[in-house]
Amino acid sequence: MSILINRDTRVICQGFTGKNGTFHSEQAIAYGTKMVGGVTPGKGGTEHLNLPVFNTVRDAVDATHADASVIYVPAPFVMDSILEAVNAGVSLIVCITEGVPTLDMLKCKVACDQAGVVLIGPNCPGVITPDECKIGIMPGHIHLKGRVGIVSRSGTLTYEAVKQTTDMGFGQSTCVGIGGDPIPGSNFIDILGRFQNDPETEAIVMIGEIGGTAEEEAAEFIKAHVTKPVVSYIAGVTAPAGKRMGHAGAIISGGKGTAAEKFAALETAGVTVTRNLGEIGQTLKIATGW
Amino acid sequence: MNLHEYQGKALFREYGLPVSTGIACDTAEEAVAAAKQIGGDMWVVKAQVHAGGRGKAGGVKLVKTDAEIREFCDRLIGTRLVTYQTDAGGQPVSKILVESCTDIATELYLGAVVDRASRRIVFMASTEGGVEIEKVAHETPEKILKAAIDPLTGAQPYQARDIGFQLGLTATQLKQFTQIFLGLAKLFDEKDVALIEINPLVITTEGNLHCLDAKVVIDSNALYRHPELVAMHDPSQEDEREAQAARWELNYVALDGNIGCMVNGAGLAMGTMDTVKLHGGAPANFLDVGGGATKERVAEAFKIILSDTNVKAVFVNIFGGIVRCDMIAEGIIGAVEEVGVKVPVVVRLEGNNAEKGAEILRQSGLNIIAGDSLSDAAQKVVAAAGGAQ
Repeated sequence: MSILINRDTRVICQGFTGKNGTFHSEQAIAYGTKMVGGVTPGKGGTEHLNLPVFNTVRDAVDATHADASVIYVPAPFVMDSILEAVNAGVSLIVCITEGVPTLDMLKCKVACDQAGVVLIGPNCPGVITPDECKIGIMPGHIHLKGRVGIVSRSGTLTYEAVKQTTDMGFGQSTCVGIGGDPIPGSNFIDILGRFQNDPETEAIVMIGEIGGTAEEEAAEFIKAHVTKPVVSYIAGVTAPAGKRMGHAGAIISGGKGTAAEKFAALETAGVTVTRNLGEIGQTLKIATGW
Repeated sequence: MNLHEYQGKALFREYGLPVSTGIACDTAEEAVAAAKQIGGDMWVVKAQVHAGGRGKAGGVKLVKTDAEIREFCDRLIGTRLVTYQTDAGGQPVSKILVESCTDIATELYLGAVVDRASRRIVFMASTEGGVEIEKVAHETPEKILKAAIDPLTGAQPYQARDIGFQLGLTATQLKQFTQIFLGLAKLFDEKDVALIEINPLVITTEGNLHCLDAKVVIDSNALYRHPELVAMHDPSQEDEREAQAARWELNYVALDGNIGCMVNGAGLAMGTMDTVKLHGGAPANFLDVGGGATKERVAEAFKIILSDTNVKAVFVNIFGGIVRCDMIAEGIIGAVEEVGVKVPVVVRLEGNNAEKGAEILRQSGLNIIAGDSLSDAAQKVVAAAGGAQ
């Protein structure tokens, strides 16, 4: 088991023939992901990377029975692509694109919720279940099949946690990058609940950062619903208030969203926190007794 | 992207919100002429900067004569206004808004933001206008009235009435308030607003609602579909280095420390700053070179970092995901040679081809210190910058 995706997940790519879609689809295929086709309007009927290209997501889903779609289209076209995928009946959408307007995401989120579709991202590295399925831009080779579920708002910080859990020999069940935007398709809580219910996930690493209150909400959720050990790191202790730190969602505004508040909320909820980025693996070892 | 008050009010006017007659001026002469054009015998002159707290800082004044207008303009245009919301350097003043006068009976607050927790645009109103709303929210949260907007149906009049009654408005004011509320919601949606504030929204002595100030922040990600808003961009209000970085698609934020940081990924860039601090150092900046870090961008990043004269050492922290560390290493060497980096550079490479990258750096003959791990590199760069503080 794992969460969201596994070796049977059938994946299509929106923005398939573009530069990013092509490069990362090649990587996904090489990793063993069951890519079954792609969508580029106007190029339907052709082949790309030895896979069929379709004009619409509906055509692609009808022909390939895809469950998941990964989106690499430029930001102005993301809302259209997400809504097209929702209406074509995929159950999981992973949107990698950065720079999507916030108001577009408010609308997309409602559409996904109403249709019961899980949206991961945007502005995220994607989702990977090691040795089974890689949807996104993360480097496959640093992963190791194993027992830690990782969820993070940051791509490169996910890689740090992955590397440390790989180096310690724990490995990962599934890694989910929920993305750095203010309105992500899925939040920490959505993923934590799945990890809690996944028998293969024995412990959870949650990596947060400044801005918003998703970590505080996660702390409440963990206290009430998560029995597995959770280790957490929050980035941005040194970030000044009122400045956006790269991610659209990483900003302390009105005195809210500081790392100190998040660490405090998580500690109160019984989460083992580390303030040292280099010691996530070590902290996990202590928290789990492995 | 922040808008100036006069730009925000132009949008308000476009959406039918009651604002004062006003003209934004570049010179004292223009301001005097503007006052004459507006008419009357009293005006308000307001320095246009991207910061609140202008009143207390002397950036807003009630004036009655040409001489007073001239004095105000001469004193402020071309200078920097320091308010409690700016840094010590303040914000440059290049425009003065001249407005007709409003007689105030009561000050209210009305604002709207994208609320991340509820994933809705949320309107907030309060009878505590004219003061810092964060303070009101913190000390007396019951005084903040809220309405969440459904993304599919948009704002509805009943939501305005609901708030209006609680604010204690009269029947006429309630109608005006509903119009303001719905206009603001339309503006928010159509112009991709991230935050909007009318503080204060006043009730005049005649009993009418009137928008006395306008703070509007636009979602920068949506600017591609608003050329009319891009035209309102005022780069003079932004940090020069941050603006220069943005031209190279680099995310840079200046800090007070002496250790320059160059990192790929926003999360790791924050994590790197925190690691420096954890080891007793002080980061000089946040800098995300992004996933596609080319030699040119690495060189540009070095230039921006080193333009801060406080920088005593540079910490390069790269986790090569898709990007190869050997390419990054070559980029660093090129940059160090081109820019002429005089301070110690500590490099930690991890991930794709990290060892090959480290080897290239070793053989370069340049003064580049290799960090074996994140902690090791952090300790080395703190030492190189003169030790823990």
